Parts: sequence; C-alpha cells; structure tokens
Amino acid sequence: MIRISKRGSISRGKALLIRASAIVLAILFCALLTMITTGKNPVDVFSSVIAGSFGTKRKFWLFLQNTAILLCISLAVTPAFKMRCWNLGAEGQVLTGAMAAAACMVLMPETLPNWVVLLTMTVSSIAAGALWAAIPAYFKAKFNTNETLFTLMMNYVATQVVAFFCVKWENPKGSCKIGVINQKSHSGWMPEVGNKYLLVILAVVLVTVFMYFYLNYTKHGYELSVVGESERTARYIGIKVNRVILRTMCLSGAICGLAGLLLVGCINHTVSTSLAGGQGFTAVMVSWLAKFNPLVMVFTSGLLIFMSTGAGEIATNCGLNRAFGDLLSSVLIFFIIGSEFFINYQISFHKKNREVRKDV
Amino acid sequence: MFDFVSFIPRAVMQGIPLMYGCVGETITEKSGNLNLGTAGIMYVGGICGVIGSFLYESYAAEMNDFLTVLIPLSCCIAGSLLMGLLYCFLTVTLRANQNVTGLALTTFGVGLGNFFGGSIIKLVDSDIPTVILTRSSRVFARTLPWAETTGWFGKIFLSYSALAYFAILVAVLASWFLNHTRLGLQLRSTGESPATADAAGINVVKYKYVATCVGSVISGLGGLYYVMDYACGVWSNNAFGDRGWLAVALVIFTIWRPSVSIFSSIVFGGLYILNVYIPTGTNLAIKEIYKMAPYVVTIVVLVITSMRNKRENQPPAALGLSYFREER
Repeated sequence: MIRISKRGSISRGKALLIRASAIVLAILFCALLTMITTGKNPVDVFSSVIAGSFGTKRKFWLFLQNTAILLCISLAVTPAFKMRCWNLGAEGQVLTGAMAAAACMVLMPETLPNWVVLLTMTVSSIAAGALWAAIPAYFKAKFNTNETLFTLMMNYVATQVVAFFCVKWENPKGSCKIGVINQKSHSGWMPEVGNKYLLVILAVVLVTVFMYFYLNYTKHGYELSVVGESERTARYIGIKVNRVILRTMCLSGAICGLAGLLLVGCINHTVSTSLAGGQGFTAVMVSWLAKFNPLVMVFTSGLLIFMSTGAGEIATNCGLNRAFGDLLSSVLIFFIIGSEFFINYQISFHKKNREVRKDV
Repeated sequence: MFDFVSFIPRAVMQGIPLMYGCVGETITEKSGNLNLGTAGIMYVGGICGVIGSFLYESYAAEMNDFLTVLIPLSCCIAGSLLMGLLYCFLTVTLRANQNVTGLALTTFGVGLGNFFGGSIIKLVDSDIPTVILTRSSRVFARTLPWAETTGWFGKIFLSYSALAYFAILVAVLASWFLNHTRLGLQLRSTGESPATADAAGINVVKYKYVATCVGSVISGLGGLYYVMDYACGVWSNNAFGDRGWLAVALVIFTIWRPSVSIFSSIVFGGLYILNVYIPTGTNLAIKEIYKMAPYVVTIVVLVITSMRNKRENQPPAALGLSYFREER
C-alpha cells in the first residue's frame, strides 16, 4: 500500500537535495535524449553545452546578458504572482515598453542632447509597461475580471501595435521592419559601461536587490503577500485590496517596461514583434521555480538560459533544429515541477500489518 | 461590396481548429483542470498527423484512402493523448501548479512541433521551409459532393471536409453530455467541488484524468484539421500561431458552453481573417490594427461577463486548484 500524506515541514537541506536531484535527473534525461537524436557520446554533448554558454569571452558575456534580461522579466512578474495574480502579459508589457523607447528614438530629433532622449525613453517605456499592466489590473480590481486571460490577450494586442509601427516606420521601404534606429548619430543608444553588456547586467542587479527588499522588508511587500494568502484576511486587517492589486500590477508592468527599454536602448537598437521572444512565458516558470525568491531566481534564470543556449549549440553543431533548446528546457521544467510533489508530500509504504489489527 | 460568399467559408475553416480547441478545453475545465497547454497540445496534434502521413506517403507504394486518413488521425490522437496524460500526471497525481505546468506544456508542445517539423523539412530538402503533403490533404479536404452544384448555398454550407462537420458534431455531443447525462453531471461536480464529489463516491482522480485526456484529444484534432485541410497539407514552423491561446480565450467567450462554441468560433474565425477582406488600399499598416480584432473582442467579452457576474456564467468553482483528499 502506498500512502501519501502532506508534510508538515521539511528541512532546508532536504528540500534542496530533492530539487538538486531533480535537476541532475533532468540533465541526465536531456543528455540521453540528445544522445539518441544526435548519436554523440555524453562527454561531447556536455562539452558542447558548456562551450555554448561559456566557450568564449563574448559567449560568456552574452550568457550573462541573456540571463539578466530573463531575470529582469521574471522579477517583474514576481510581485504579481506572490499576490496570486497571474500576470501572463509580461510579453506584451515588455513589447509596449520597447515600443515606447523605440518611438522616442524615431520621433525625437537627432540633434537633441543624448541624455534628454535617454531620459524620455526611460520614463516613457516604464510608463507604457505600467499602463499595459494597469488596464487588466483595473478590471481585476473593479470587477474581478480573469486576469490570466486578459493579460494574455493584451500580449497579442501589443504585438499588433508593434507590427503596426513596424510597417509604418519601415526602413528600408517594403521590408516591414524598423532597421537599426539612428545608426549614425547613436541618438537614444545607452552609453557603454566597460563593455556593451555590462550596463544591462548592472541595471538588473539593481532591480534584483530592489525587488528582494521590496518583497521582504517593506510594507508594500507585506501587504501583497497577505492579499495573496487570503483576500479576506487582508480586507479584515484593513488593507485596501483593490489598491494593492493596481499598485502591484503597475510595478510589475513598469519593470517589464524597463526590460523593454534595455532590449531596445542597450541591445537591439530596434524593435520587432519577436523582440520578447516568449521570455514573458519563460519568466513565469523561472519565477515559480524559484518560489518567488529574487535571489534564487538569479540561479533559475541562469539555469534555463544555460540549458537553452547549450541545446542551441548542440543543435547547430549537429544540424538539428533550434527548437531543440525549447524541448530540453521544458523537460527540465517538468522535472522540477514534478519534484515539488516530493517536497510537499510524503510517501510511505505500508505492508499489510496484522499486528495492528490485534491492537484494535 | 463585401464578399460574403467567399468570406463565410474562409471564416468557418478558420473557426474549426478553434472550435476543436475550445470544446476540448471546455471539457477539461469542467473537471477543474485549467489546461493552458492547449496551444501546445494542438501543435502536437498537428505535427503527429504530419509525421504519420509523411511516413505513409514516403513508404507506401500505393495510397489507400482509408489508411491515408486513419494513420495521421491515430498518430494525432496518440500524440495529444500523451500530452494530456503528461499534464494529468503532473497536476493530478503530483498536484503541481496548473498554470505553470500548462505553460511548460505549451513550450514543450511548440518546441516538439518545430523540432520535428524542422527535421522533416530538412529530410525532404525542399527550397521552401515547409513540408507539403498534398496527397493526404486531398483526401482530408474532400468536400460533400453537392458543394459545387448548389451555388452560394453549397459554398456556404456544404463546402467543408468531414473533419469540419465532425467538429460541429463533437460540440453538440459535448454539450449534450455535459448537460443531460449523469456522467456529465458528475464531471461538472468534480470541477465545482471535488471534495463534495469525492464524498458522494465519485472517483475524482479518474474523472479528471479521463476528461483532460479526452479534452486534449479533441484539441489535438484541431491541429490536425488545421494542417491537413485549412493549410492544404502544408506544415511550416510556427504557422499555427496563437490559435491555441485564442481557443483558451474562446472557452470564456462561450461561458463554458460547447454548443455556443459552434457559433462563436466561426465569428472568431471571421475576425481572424477580417483584415484580408477589408479594403485598405495602399495603407498596409492599418491591416495590422485589424488583426487585433479577435483579441480586443475577447477582452471586451471577458470584461462584460465579469461585470454582469451572473451565477450561471461563472467558471467551475475549483478551476485551477489541485485536489488532495486529506486537505479538507
């Protein structure tokens, strides 16, 4: 007989052990999958995975930068999730933020001093991201509209808005793409700090620290976790639930907008409908896998980026499809999701025991 | 003049994959499982059908009509069933978070579709990045014999393939099953309050598993229809797009009623292709704005249903929650 019961509590070490073994199992399973599809031996597979992320100096910086962007979006969705508000609209919020930044770059004259352009870009992308999240939040607070689907649909609206401007401001004509904006004047390009990757990383480190303190040591953070645990309790102790929902969602959108700003201002210097590239959804998983802890998220987002770039590297080396990366990272996520069960529940095996009956 | 005779059949054909997805998801949600993996499942359904018919087309010397349909169909059913089982194993047996599992399932399904799609494209080594299965598609897309001879009536009502009529049949059957049978009542009760259902002697785990798997199979058929009929047997990566998510949104649009989905998925199909039919002249950018229509309409409906807040229009009460017997 198998009996499943809920665990009262679990020691940190044990929980960590379960998670770590899930990750190891997942990696072994992925290696097995790769071996079957490519016919390579596991040492080759692992060495090319590691070479994919850390092989050269440039790849390593790129790895850090990609991790930073994913981490930024994950941090953005976290406060909303902690409030049990499923913001699946990060994709759209990043896109609107990016669009706002790109619009500033296109519309503002190139003769203006760069700091004016940068400041306008920053303000407008953060505002645009926040607005994109505030719309569903308002209806959630006022009419309890389902935010999961609302934010999801807002993604596609945002995609179409970007598509509209891509056609409107196409460059060169007929390409339906906005090429690199201000290629000559570099107006609206973020300045390089050290190298061209460092600024993004530093910005996200700041956001991480901010989010850690915001969630754990501020009144706002406390309020939103109470709302997440129980709305009735929150109302009872005098928290204005509607205001908390609006405020938290706006914060969530604002940080997404910031991610969009970084994508446009620092990395791509252009905007396209595939700019966010599904990271809004990956971020949900990153945040959840880290149990909403910003510091753990640094690790989970790194792990996911490592997996997908590694798998991408294998795919290009062996002539497989790029989608192989998505496959492997979702396998990893399945394993970690599954491992939560062993953290929350205890399985015990009973043999049919006659002695017990005697006692009765 | 707006060309209804050519618009309506296109809208219906656009709507059929959505209808499959919506009905499948409704059945799933009635058991209390919010399966956000539907987008991935439809993808997997499509690619499994493509793999099946690709293998059959490449290895069979002569193609038998019956097998041409049966092989992709059973591959599609098997693939989407496995996806449903995976979702159930994680959320029902291991009680994982449904939203996260669903999203991971979508990533997985889309990845799987693109991976195998890409691999097959590589195998056939064609100039364009697509797999073309014209011979199978011709069998799948066979319409009713009177479609050509009955003028506009035939075009609007008879010009669809068997899978399209099957979608309508499935929607009607699902509606009847949910509202007029004992099993349907018990299924709804597991979605509303699994603890009560459990106390009444209903096997909650079994209902959740069966409903989710049946739902996934139905959704998977939507993917198959899309590739084989709508896209004329042409698979290209990411062509299916966001239809899976629209299907999930449609469930809310139809307020959990499969019978309503027949009409509303056709409306959505129409909205989806509206941009092609509205004349815009040289202003191509405005077309992108028209493409927003289905999403904006979904949002409006979402807001209106939540504002009216009627008892019978609510989602299943235990939607999205895992059930653990000892936790009551």
